[in-house]
Amino acid sequence: MNAPNSFRAQPDERGHFGPYGGRYVSETLMPLILDLEREYRAAKQDPAFAAQFDDLLEHYVGRPSPLYYAERLTDTLRDSAPEGMGAQVWFKRDELNHTGAHKINNCIGQILLAIRMGKTRIIAETGAGQHGVATATVCARFGLPCVIYMGAKDVERQQPNVFRMKLLGAEVRAVESGARTLKDAMNEALRDWVANVHDTFYIIGTAAGPHPYPELVRDFQSVIGREARAQLLDRTGRLPDLLVAAIGGGSNAIGLFHPFLDDTDVKMLGVEAAGEGLEAKHAASLAGGFPGVLHGNKTYLLQDDDGQIAEAHSISAGLDYPGIGPEHAWLKDSGRVDYTAVTDREALDAFQLLCRTEGIIPALEPSHAIAAVARVAKDMPQDAIILANLCGRGDKDIFTVADALGVQI
Amino acid sequence: MTRLADAFIADRPALICFVTAGDPSVVATPAILDALVEGGADVIELGMPFTDPMADGPAIQAANIRALDGGVTTADILRIAKEFRARHPLTPLVLMGYANPMLRRGPEWFATALHDAGVDGVICVDVPPEEDDALGPALRAMGIDLIRLATPTTRDARIGAVLNGASGFVYYVSVAGITGKQQAQQASIEDAVARLKHATDLPVAVGFGVRTPEQARAIGRVADGVVVGSAIVEIVAEHGPAASAPVAAYIKTLSAALADARKVSA
Repeated sequence: MNAPNSFRAQPDERGHFGPYGGRYVSETLMPLILDLEREYRAAKQDPAFAAQFDDLLEHYVGRPSPLYYAERLTDTLRDSAPEGMGAQVWFKRDELNHTGAHKINNCIGQILLAIRMGKTRIIAETGAGQHGVATATVCARFGLPCVIYMGAKDVERQQPNVFRMKLLGAEVRAVESGARTLKDAMNEALRDWVANVHDTFYIIGTAAGPHPYPELVRDFQSVIGREARAQLLDRTGRLPDLLVAAIGGGSNAIGLFHPFLDDTDVKMLGVEAAGEGLEAKHAASLAGGFPGVLHGNKTYLLQDDDGQIAEAHSISAGLDYPGIGPEHAWLKDSGRVDYTAVTDREALDAFQLLCRTEGIIPALEPSHAIAAVARVAKDMPQDAIILANLCGRGDKDIFTVADALGVQI
Repeated sequence: MTRLADAFIADRPALICFVTAGDPSVVATPAILDALVEGGADVIELGMPFTDPMADGPAIQAANIRALDGGVTTADILRIAKEFRARHPLTPLVLMGYANPMLRRGPEWFATALHDAGVDGVICVDVPPEEDDALGPALRAMGIDLIRLATPTTRDARIGAVLNGASGFVYYVSVAGITGKQQAQQASIEDAVARLKHATDLPVAVGFGVRTPEQARAIGRVADGVVVGSAIVEIVAEHGPAASAPVAAYIKTLSAALADARKVSA
């Protein structure tokens, strides 16, 4: 009998997830991308690499992160559910990681690769600042100089993270081009990289960019799903009915989803940022975009009829990006994962709901996932299990939330 | 012979001039293209503006923004090209830009539209040989040259892959970096051009950071063509709708310098 088709076997050897992904970079970068791929293949075969990665995740990051049954949130959602309905809500607590988000998992993996490749300088882009903080953190830990590109608008709205990065020894360069957000920071990081390929490693923060980045970021983040799968089996003896995760580029979502992709009874829901609504300004590339090429990969993009990239909008700086990782584009087309979108308003409501019911201040990014959980839980039976990724904590967002709620602090 | 091949048969190097379509405005571009020809440009590179020009430095980034703010569309660019072809039947015209605007309506649509507009070739920054399927077959089917880029990071073992499917000419990007002011050492250019010419019969043109007649002449002694971009775009930025005369005057200094740069056979 032939092995069943697997959803976990992507990408192909050229980095394609179906029609998506690939290596759409300038010739200057191409040899470096090929070197990176070779080095990643070698690292994957090297038990010493895995041992160092696992050791750092355990003792430096604080993994495994807990799996938590959100009893009061579950009960609260059941109050408005029909009789017998209202699924159990469980959270993978990646907000408890060192630096307060899932981003550090990937940064540990990539800086170990950079060191393997003999690179002596690190660059990264950041939106909310979580990836920038995580990158600055690992650079401090390994003693490498670090430049973080951040849109000037994001610098303004994420001052605490800017200061954190500086404390950690990183140089933060505010990017004034375009809409002055994550997309523009990525352009500027690519311009830096192309001029410094000889010594510089680019730590991309999400499961996007040219091959092999979407694959290696997914692999480093898959620790989330592997742990969650084992933890839930251990605690309940079963797999979840539904996985839920927020999506900007999609690294926390693919990290949670990937280890479950071949568990056919586990449904999955990715949650994009609908901003002010899908008819207005938003950041939902799958819901409102079309396939195209940007930042090294083919994927769904917010763009006009001429292929000019549209400005994304979300209250969450980490979701404010007009594209999405190519594996999500493929999972959408294949039907394996469902995708929905949640507005700024719904995310703010969910943010406050979690604060009050569980004593957890979530980041605005997973607040989108929590809003989607609140929407779907009441239509699922009480013995059903929803497992959502709480991918970041909300300390960085309190000023944004206060502003949105009209509160002076 | 194609128009592009004809541009390289003289015993002096070809002058290849870049401007961004729609900069400073859609209506101003035709006169600027005419000024390039009047000044002595042998090949015109017309930039297709993109919101995210990640291989470009500040000058061409700003040109992209000016053009998009001015409302330039793909239809405008094709019309500018078609009208240029009618005015200048012999001057080769190459579109240069990024993959997304080129692929938005599909590669076949794009190739057919370029053919109908009389465009001779395409330079696409972010479609390397590894992704040739995205654009190359459609262009080749319509007889449009796909001009490939080689860079200081293109090692000998990779040159074959870069040349496979290349036509028109080979564009040697002399600086590992973005477009603009950084200049390569003449010795490194000479070494790279020699390596490329050893591997191909296609003409080899050199660009990135070329702005003075002296530089153009020095490069022209070893290369088949010299590409000038940011320096022209800066004149357009300074003079706006009145840029034609200063552009033509500047191009004349370059073409005069190349006229006495006898090519040295490799």
